[in-house]
Amino acid sequence: METNVSTKTKNGLGVASIVIMIWTVIPLLWIIATSLKSTAALGDPSQNTFGNFWPKHITWDNYQLIFSGGASDLFLPALWHSIIVCVVSTVISVILATFCAYAISRLNFPGKKLILTTALAVSFFPTIAMVTPLFNLWRQIGLFDTIPGLIIPYLALTLPLSIWILSAFFQQIPWEMEQAAQVDGATSWQAFVKVVAPLAAPGVFTTAIIAFFTAWNDFVFSSNLTAQSAQTVPAALSFFTGASQFVQPTGAICAAAVVVTIPVVILVLVFQKRIVAGLTSGAVKG
Amino acid sequence: MSTVAEATKGDLTAEEKAHLSDRAKGERNLGWRLAGPAFIIMLLVTLYPICYAIYLSLFNYRLTDPAGRKMVWLQNYLTALSDPLFWQAFTTTLIIVVVTLVFELVIGMAIAMVMHRVVWPRRTLRTIVLIPYSIVTVVSGFSWLYAAQVGTGFFDHWLHAITFGGFPMDYNWFGGRWSSLAIICASEIWKTTPFMSLLLLAGLAQVDSAQEEAAKVDGATWWQRFTKVILPNMKAALMVALLFRTLDAVRIYDNPYVMTGGANKTETLSMLVGTETVSRVEIGMGSALAVILFIIVLLIALIFVKLFKVDLTTSGRS
Repeated sequence: METNVSTKTKNGLGVASIVIMIWTVIPLLWIIATSLKSTAALGDPSQNTFGNFWPKHITWDNYQLIFSGGASDLFLPALWHSIIVCVVSTVISVILATFCAYAISRLNFPGKKLILTTALAVSFFPTIAMVTPLFNLWRQIGLFDTIPGLIIPYLALTLPLSIWILSAFFQQIPWEMEQAAQVDGATSWQAFVKVVAPLAAPGVFTTAIIAFFTAWNDFVFSSNLTAQSAQTVPAALSFFTGASQFVQPTGAICAAAVVVTIPVVILVLVFQKRIVAGLTSGAVKG
Repeated sequence: MSTVAEATKGDLTAEEKAHLSDRAKGERNLGWRLAGPAFIIMLLVTLYPICYAIYLSLFNYRLTDPAGRKMVWLQNYLTALSDPLFWQAFTTTLIIVVVTLVFELVIGMAIAMVMHRVVWPRRTLRTIVLIPYSIVTVVSGFSWLYAAQVGTGFFDHWLHAITFGGFPMDYNWFGGRWSSLAIICASEIWKTTPFMSLLLLAGLAQVDSAQEEAAKVDGATWWQRFTKVILPNMKAALMVALLFRTLDAVRIYDNPYVMTGGANKTETLSMLVGTETVSRVEIGMGSALAVILFIIVLLIALIFVKLFKVDLTTSGRS
């Protein structure tokens, strides 16, 4: 079908794509631009080009501020908390979900549909509805503002998602190849290492990225269930304060935002194809 | 597997039958042993808090005054539902849901069509379009906040230039309810449309191009082909995308929290639950609001599944 598309349509679609890409990229470029502005340039159009968009003189002051300056004692611990909480909850849920999805795609047992339906239903819970009871419970048993107190609710975000996506991935794997390898003389272990693991690894890996990203994105739990000692980056950003109450911490917030965004954007763009497959697997027949 | 066992049942001796059912039983056990832990933990971390919230919602209970905790049955619900603040948050949330959904569907569909047809730059487009999805919501909230803010922003400058000076340079987007909501909706649309277009693209890929070609030969216009061939053929994908996005939009929290903090009547239902719980430590009332929000989400899902016959469990299963 694509062969008989006229040159005119082709060009039109090309132009449309470029418009879409510009619209997509501008807010990201904007936050990078703002993070490179000096405090004086923030509110002064004469120091910026493209209608107050890009700074004429680039400064790295804001990055210095969050890594070694005044904002570092707020930003660095938050970055550390984010990494720990997200990695631990991703690892736990991907391990549990791998067993679960393997059983769902290979074994015949009643309740399969129940597990999948529950996973889907649970992933649409309004997360804020869990905050009130957890806030009360965590205060009583001393889990408020602790790392485990954040990992547990994060499992509610990452586990259902992992079960759902991994089951979809595993169902597309030609498992008969394991038996074929064994018939050809491979031991069970060889069949697992040489055949099953390479087939399953991409799905597990993609699920881990999506689960990690979902946890990384959370603001509802971390802004309501932490105060200081377990605060993650999104929550810390919204509580950043300037040098004095008259100075807005705009530059520092933007620098911190760029630091937590760029690695994830690169990760998603590099594994674009698999992530799209993972995201749409639950929704449309793949 | 069970059908195979049944079909061959007649040829089996009693001993073999017992053996088979043993195997089926073993498989069943193994299945639950592997899937059980994930299932139980999933229920523990989600259903338990919800049940606890339902229980707490029956009390008049402030965290700072545990001794004054008193069972009031449904009083919290009656208070909430007769409170204008609740209905204001409800309306705000509803406006955001409807506006963002309409725009996301139209723009998402347009992007999906371009991605489906485009020859160059096909790969780059499919990659770049994922950027908004991969940005942390709070970060995108700040980006749009600073872009619209008077002083730091560029919106007013660009609009001023486009309208040849017609648009005021110092228009305060966050000064009123409607302009604030416009920016909140715009950033939400920017953030989530790519996801929408990916779901729709997957649906587009299933439309039989021969049917489209046939309609073209028969002289159908572009619009007729779109409404009569493409849309009906991707109805399932469309409905699933719509359901996913609606349920996601109802719980909107991060964006308005970062941009307005709820000022100018922009507080959403989720934000109301948050302030009631954390700032005012009214656990009973906060729980009641949480349960109401939960019921709203359930109702929406039910309407989609019953009325539009969205079947989620069979799609994606082969």
